[in-house]
Amino acid sequence: MIKVVLPPLGEGIEKATVSYWFSKEKDKVNEKDDLVELATDKATFNLPCPVSGTLGKILLHEGDTAHVGDTLAEIE
Amino acid sequence: MDYEIYDLGLIDFEKAWQFQKDIFLKVKAGIYPSALIFCRHYPVITLGRLARRDNILATGDELKIRGIKVLEIERGGEVTYHGPGQLTVYPIFNFRYLKKDICWFLRQLERVIILSLADFGAKAGQRCGLTGVWVEESKIASIGIAVKSWVSFHGLSINIKEGDLDNFRLIRPCGMDIKMVSLENAAGRTIQIDEVKDALLDKFKQIGGLDDKSSFASLGRRN
Repeated sequence: MIKVVLPPLGEGIEKATVSYWFSKEKDKVNEKDDLVELATDKATFNLPCPVSGTLGKILLHEGDTAHVGDTLAEIE
Repeated sequence: MDYEIYDLGLIDFEKAWQFQKDIFLKVKAGIYPSALIFCRHYPVITLGRLARRDNILATGDELKIRGIKVLEIERGGEVTYHGPGQLTVYPIFNFRYLKKDICWFLRQLERVIILSLADFGAKAGQRCGLTGVWVEESKIASIGIAVKSWVSFHGLSINIKEGDLDNFRLIRPCGMDIKMVSLENAAGRTIQIDEVKDALLDKFKQIGGLDDKSSFASLGRRN
């Protein structure tokens, strides 16, 4: 099981809002495909899928706030 | 390192949006190192990812009469208005050649705008915690970007023509009660859009970052 973690996006950006999941739980996902979009006040950032597999539990949903280092979801 | 330069002229937002996406894919694939797209839009209101619809103050009927569409797009930021009196710039930049820092990128875009506007005698600056470029308390340029696979798209708009500011009253720009100002007002003279484009091209070429490798200047310019 691989954790999808919010990476550092830049100095001064400690958190972002989960704005869009491109896949839902139990979907097959491929490495490098767009997995989740995060939004700050002036930028959005798409996080690619780190590995191929099945999207397991989504821990932070659209509208939730994610801090750098938080686990967003798990890939099985 | 070169970047492609495009000037789409006055163009419907959705057509330019599709053009951006096509160029984005080429930059992502490494076919172009990066690209800079200049254009002006017919009147349109766009909503960024975290925008609230109630920041559009005009009624649906009023927008319909004025022929102004409302589009939900994937950039960051709130609601904004685009019109033909603005110069809109989409930097499709590959962060492979830049510092991988979204905040740094936003601040660099502000610096490019501030230096460009200074060519016209406008004293514009940054405001702490408020992305964009300001002349005193009024906003002269707005920024909202998206970053996908560490390639940027969407970008910045500069208010140039005084006559195009009226439509901002249809919205609460950026979800705030702020006043917008034009470059013509700040400079005290009539300004052609192409003059600003030339200034921006020059500053994108000149501006440096923390080191040469992570500067816009390192992207160079294709003539």
